[in-house]
Amino acid sequence: MEKWYLMTAAVLLGLIVRWTVSLNSYSGAGKPPMFGDYEAQRHWQEITFNLPIKQWYFNSSDNNLQYWGLDYPPLTAYHSFLCAYVAKFINPDWIALHTSRGYESQAHKLFMRATVLIADLLIYIPAVVLYCCCLKEISTKKKIASVLCILLYPGLILIDYGHFQYNSVSLGFALWGVLGVSYDWDLLGSLAFCLAINYKQMELYHSLPFFCFLLGKCFKKGLKGKGLVLLIKLACTVVASFVLCWLPFFTEREQTLQVLRRLFPVDRGLFEDKVANIWCSFSVFLKIRDILPHHIQIMISFCFTFLSLLPACIKLTLHPSPKGFRFTLVSCALSFFLFSFQVHEKSILLVSLPVCLVLSEIPFMSTWFLLVSTFSMLPLLLKDELLMPSVVTVMAFFIACATSFSIFEKTSEEELQLKCFSTSVRKYFTCFTFLPRIIQHLFLTSVITMILLTIMTVTLDPPQKLPDLFSVLVCFVSCLHFLFFLVYFNIIIMWDSKNGRSQKKIN
Amino acid sequence: MAALGIAIGGSNWFSALALGVTLLKCLLIPTYHSTDFEVHRNWLAITHSLPISQWYYEATSEWTLDYPPFFAWFEYALSHVAKYFDQEMLNVRNLNYSSSRTLLFQRFSVIFTDALFVYAVHECCKCIDGKKAGKELTEKPKFILSVLLLWNFGLLIVDHIHFQYNGFLSGLMLLSIARFFQKRHMEGAFLFAVLLHFKHIYLYVAPAYGVYLLRSYCFTANKPDGSIRWNSFSFVRLISLGLIVFLVSALSLGPFLALNQLPQVFSRLFPFKRGLCHAYWAPNFWALYSALDKVLSVIGLELKLLDPNKIPKASMTSGLVQQFQHTVLPSVTPLATFICTLIAMLPSVFCLWFKPQGPRGFLRCLILCALSSFMFGWHVHEKAILLAVLPMSLLSVGKAVDASIFLILTTTGHYSLFPLLFTAPEKKSLFLIGWKLSTSLAWDLWKSSVNLYSLSPPGT
Repeated sequence: MEKWYLMTAAVLLGLIVRWTVSLNSYSGAGKPPMFGDYEAQRHWQEITFNLPIKQWYFNSSDNNLQYWGLDYPPLTAYHSFLCAYVAKFINPDWIALHTSRGYESQAHKLFMRATVLIADLLIYIPAVVLYCCCLKEISTKKKIASVLCILLYPGLILIDYGHFQYNSVSLGFALWGVLGVSYDWDLLGSLAFCLAINYKQMELYHSLPFFCFLLGKCFKKGLKGKGLVLLIKLACTVVASFVLCWLPFFTEREQTLQVLRRLFPVDRGLFEDKVANIWCSFSVFLKIRDILPHHIQIMISFCFTFLSLLPACIKLTLHPSPKGFRFTLVSCALSFFLFSFQVHEKSILLVSLPVCLVLSEIPFMSTWFLLVSTFSMLPLLLKDELLMPSVVTVMAFFIACATSFSIFEKTSEEELQLKCFSTSVRKYFTCFTFLPRIIQHLFLTSVITMILLTIMTVTLDPPQKLPDLFSVLVCFVSCLHFLFFLVYFNIIIMWDSKNGRSQKKIN
Repeated sequence: MAALGIAIGGSNWFSALALGVTLLKCLLIPTYHSTDFEVHRNWLAITHSLPISQWYYEATSEWTLDYPPFFAWFEYALSHVAKYFDQEMLNVRNLNYSSSRTLLFQRFSVIFTDALFVYAVHECCKCIDGKKAGKELTEKPKFILSVLLLWNFGLLIVDHIHFQYNGFLSGLMLLSIARFFQKRHMEGAFLFAVLLHFKHIYLYVAPAYGVYLLRSYCFTANKPDGSIRWNSFSFVRLISLGLIVFLVSALSLGPFLALNQLPQVFSRLFPFKRGLCHAYWAPNFWALYSALDKVLSVIGLELKLLDPNKIPKASMTSGLVQQFQHTVLPSVTPLATFICTLIAMLPSVFCLWFKPQGPRGFLRCLILCALSSFMFGWHVHEKAILLAVLPMSLLSVGKAVDASIFLILTTTGHYSLFPLLFTAPEKKSLFLIGWKLSTSLAWDLWKSSVNLYSLSPPGT
């Protein structure tokens, strides 16, 4: 492409920001006995390298599941094994069984950060670049701007390179899946997405839209002919990829069940710690976790989740389109985040990825959402002493989006993709013309609230009776935002086809 | 909302660039810092805790004050803000004190003073003729120049990692150059005089200033063929220039003259005992000379032409800063380097006198003086390459020829700064990325300017 040099500059800038953030502290730094996610990843390298596969997910004297037992699917375990293999050449002390617990050193930190960067470079970044290059109907400059903004998204950088995780691998695979499926490379796309699920089970949040989109494609091709063939091919691909990943664990029933038990700990409650979803926010008013019995909690969360995502998914199955697919990814993931069981605050990244994908279509709302998603993780980031990188990356992201997409000039009804909706409402309320202005005011209020809450959390001490006051406030405010966005994205999806259909009728 | 939009919108790319690089500087706060960090902390302590009469005599720490008085006053002003961050850093006895608040304060002081650099870049952009430019933002000379100056990686490495205050000093220099372009010579002269009293390394380029001001400002007009018109000499202008320099120097050195401390100040400013090459060799002529000397001495020893007992024990390559004798080749004295530097500067200075080409010619001469001094100077730091790289950016957006020279200069210059990052590979890989970014940017901008200027007739 022309202007490849600008694209290189954008990618390099993304890499620089990632690397400078990685110079900061990580989760659980210097905090024995449990430390944090960094130690968990190191421990998994130790376990996968030193123990045979059959013992990876089982409790034993060598593998104490209470101390960061493996709770991600096999692909994570294989990745840890690979990293451990490299670690052995550099310094075997890092992964020595038992004795390397709590190992912390500058060299080790460099190694761990490097593994994240390499995984990112190999999987996530190429997917982002390819995705933006393939976007239709926008100029080269806007494509490069999209790459820059997506790569500068603070949430992913801070969690992967600060707190320490490997979300870029699973999100990268999911993005390859989106790419494949959107451009009719269905088999490769589904293979990539299966890899994503087998890396982190949270990717199941994205599974329904994939399923509905592919099913819709099969229906469109006709279930008696090509559609059936495609369906069978897809089914085989999915089954084959799962079998390949789980092969060592399919040998015994007990192995498979144990892995499933580790992946889906249904014994834990509706939510843990503070997270910006409905249940945690609701518990401010009513402690449902304590009132209702366990199985009823599961039922209620199941019902709410599926009720909220059903309309969009049905729509996608009946009218599959890449655009509808992207927006359904957003609304599905958001529904899961808000209503599902045992959600962690980092799961908001699963919603952020699809929102990044629609950044070029609705820049204003996407930027707003991505800012809120980073803000919702504030308590976690403060715990990891990542205040300075958070503030800086959020500001950088905001400036990048504001200058690349001129977001403040794109708040008209048409640009917010709310034209059809507003037209329909105006049939009943003719005075409904103030939507853009309301949204602008809401944005301003939202930003001011987020800034104020951040300042308060950092500078003030919470009152003694309510030690979690600020975390709960952050979660509550974020949850309100997310509900608003859920409604917004659903409106876009539901009112989109009407425009499409009426256009076709006119044409 | 609209006003906010316009302020942040795409038309104000300069603010976006400036803000962006400032945010990057904030991200660089936790990186490695060199002994220069302790140097400046020590100077904060000296200027805050001790009376003026002690400033150039204080030697509790090995990092004695060796910048001119204006810089000392600058540190004194900073120290009054520092006391709100961490009082302990202002204690002269707290050697190597680097609490997190100290680090934060020092880093922020560099970032904050860079505001002058941003202003200077803004002024320089006004001096660039952008009429030939295409519609694309990335092809406009003003945009290219802003990126090359604001995002200059050498400056980022030296100021925000290694730790120094070159940002605002380069800002002063660029501002004085911009004033010459804008025909505000008195201001330019004043700014340069002030700059000299902040950091005397800018003496490297003083000949260019002197000759230019004398030739193009004191002689108000030229003959039609461009040669000097002796009767247009303006005494008034000469006197006013002299007055400016005198007043600035008086303000700076006056207190020390009154205290009879001038010799001491000068011995601190010009430490000729420090040796021909700095601890980390600047890639200049004397580095090659010393390397050749070493090679010859090794060969000589092998071929038994030299007596091992007569060879001095300390080696120039051991990274120590000390006075030294060469083994095979003649030893180099400060006077010899001075003469070599002058000879190297002569062609450009002569050109500036006999064939003045206005501010552009002055800029070229300035760059050549900086490079000559870098190549042949005594005890040159590798950071001094920035004195040549930054003004060269201004020239490079003018002509394609200059742009290609600039590409080579900036790539090798920034590459030569790498040994400053004396730590774990983590920082080196960061700077590989940064260097790649800067060279790819420079390359791309050169390409676009070549495209741009291939449209213009040759000889412009």
